[in-house]
Amino acid sequence: MRSTTVAPAGPEAVRRRPAVRYAGVLGVLVALIPIVLVVAAGTGAVWIPPDQIWSVVSARLSAAPVGDALTDQIVWQVRIPRVLLAFLVGAGLAVAGTVLQAVVRNPLADPYVLGVSSGASLAAVGLLTLGTAAGAGLGATIGVSGAAFGGAVLTLALVLLLGRRRGVLDPSRLLLAGVALSYLFQAATTFLQLRVSSNQLAAVLFWLLGTVAGAEWGKLLLPLVLVSASFAWLLGQARRLNALHLGDDAAASLGIDVHRLRLWLLVVAAALTAAVIAVAGGVGFVGLVAPHAIRLLIGADHRKLLPAAALAGGLFLVLADLVGRVVVQPLELPLGVVTAVAGVPFFLILLRRAGGSA
Amino acid sequence: MTGAVLRLDNVGVRIGSAQLVRDVTIDCPAGTFVGLLGPNGSGKSSLLRTVYRALPPDSGAVLLDGQDLLRELSARQAARRVAVLAQEPAHEIGFTVEEVIAAGRTPHHGAWARWASADRAIVTQAVATVGLTGHEHRPFSALSGGEKQRVLLARALAQQPSVLILDEPTNHLDIGTQLGLLALVRGLGITVLAALHDLNLAAAYCDRVHLLQDGALVAHGTPGEVLTPALIADVFGVTAHRVAHPDTGRPHLIFADPVSPSREDNS
Repeated sequence: MRSTTVAPAGPEAVRRRPAVRYAGVLGVLVALIPIVLVVAAGTGAVWIPPDQIWSVVSARLSAAPVGDALTDQIVWQVRIPRVLLAFLVGAGLAVAGTVLQAVVRNPLADPYVLGVSSGASLAAVGLLTLGTAAGAGLGATIGVSGAAFGGAVLTLALVLLLGRRRGVLDPSRLLLAGVALSYLFQAATTFLQLRVSSNQLAAVLFWLLGTVAGAEWGKLLLPLVLVSASFAWLLGQARRLNALHLGDDAAASLGIDVHRLRLWLLVVAAALTAAVIAVAGGVGFVGLVAPHAIRLLIGADHRKLLPAAALAGGLFLVLADLVGRVVVQPLELPLGVVTAVAGVPFFLILLRRAGGSA
Repeated sequence: MTGAVLRLDNVGVRIGSAQLVRDVTIDCPAGTFVGLLGPNGSGKSSLLRTVYRALPPDSGAVLLDGQDLLRELSARQAARRVAVLAQEPAHEIGFTVEEVIAAGRTPHHGAWARWASADRAIVTQAVATVGLTGHEHRPFSALSGGEKQRVLLARALAQQPSVLILDEPTNHLDIGTQLGLLALVRGLGITVLAALHDLNLAAAYCDRVHLLQDGALVAHGTPGEVLTPALIADVFGVTAHRVAHPDTGRPHLIFADPVSPSREDNS
């Protein structure tokens, strides 16, 4: 091509290299992790300073005798599992949101766009409210988490069945199927809520808006395994996600079986979402805003986007849980309330700064 | 880069109940520039999509140096040999120029593989070939239409293909950019199969052309053999006068009124 047609490199060409921006953003996020985690674990009805948290953690990890039993109880049994669960949930939802935004090629997609959470909510709320002997028996066996997970999986299967066009998964049809099922399940969930007594309603609302209040070490294992495994697999797919971002035909011409990749990405993202909301309820907004915010900062290259979005989502939810615990003490706010109230203004500022160019 | 022999062997494409392409056979000898012509909806894009594996043919086969592209080569093997430059995608792309071009290396690596310095050198070379050195870190979405097409061409070049498919790559580009793009592609020396709307561009750049109408091949040969006023009136519904290009001697068409007002599919 004639070199005379190339415009001289303008101000945009000399802006900072993406690699430098990425290193900066990742560095800030990594540096924030210990600070945010320690502050979140220290804050509550009793303030526990960082040095005491450190002594509890080091005593526990080295199997040394526990110092102060009460401090140990608060830090090790209550706050650390809670903070870690919040981080896992936030990271998982951010990763799922990143993937779904790429799969349906719509920046408004979030982990719930396929109706997975509404199916989980219906199953969980059904279990919480029906209160029949059968429900109680079932509840004792699988628990609210198990019901939510099952509801999510069934919904995903339904959406995959409805989201096909000529036997192939079609992004717009997937979205429509997911949205339609969401409305249906939300209607059913609302109906269940109307029939419920007021003392049950609080539990239902907290579940619907998300909470990590019930965190304990035993509940961390499943989400930890699923979030880590999905994240590792997705990171291996990062270049294929990039190819998918360029368009279906482009991805096919780059040697990718688009239909199979999309199917696997959907299944993994939905499993990730299901594992996370099964333990923490339907925490909104973090899965939409974390990927979006990071994309505005560092671009859409999934090799960078996935790790940075995971860290940002985790940190954001730990902070949201912290805020929810302290603003209306001794009451707590559901996570979804805090993520929306704190996240929306931040997001709008970011959007304005980026001039809507991403 | 050297060209491969591409053969579309009795390819048929059906979507739903519509037969979009019927028994089309096209031979592209190694290193030739072959044009695919025809009105809108004549099946050019569908036919090309079978070559870059975006659409499986319902009948027939696409052969690359004698090997069946769909049955004898894996998707990644095929993508290392066939690349495509189509019209730019309609949706927003949040990549920099370099990130778009680097995607061309995808078929050369499995998951988790670390890229070698050779990959970076190939990407740098592709950037230089299309004349965008110094623009690597610009956002793709901020480029002009012509620059975007050059980036997408560089992505195709980064695949190091032996066959390049062009699907109306010069739509919406100014004349200088159109000619520059086709001259650049022609200079690569690889086999090219290109769907073109502009018959004069086809006459100027193609070694051979194939003319499609309603999914079937109606003529093929050199541009001089195929681009006759009679055939153009029949297929495109317009009157054309043919002259010789004063510099190259290749056929050049000057269009007049439509043959009949009912034919208006060549917009």
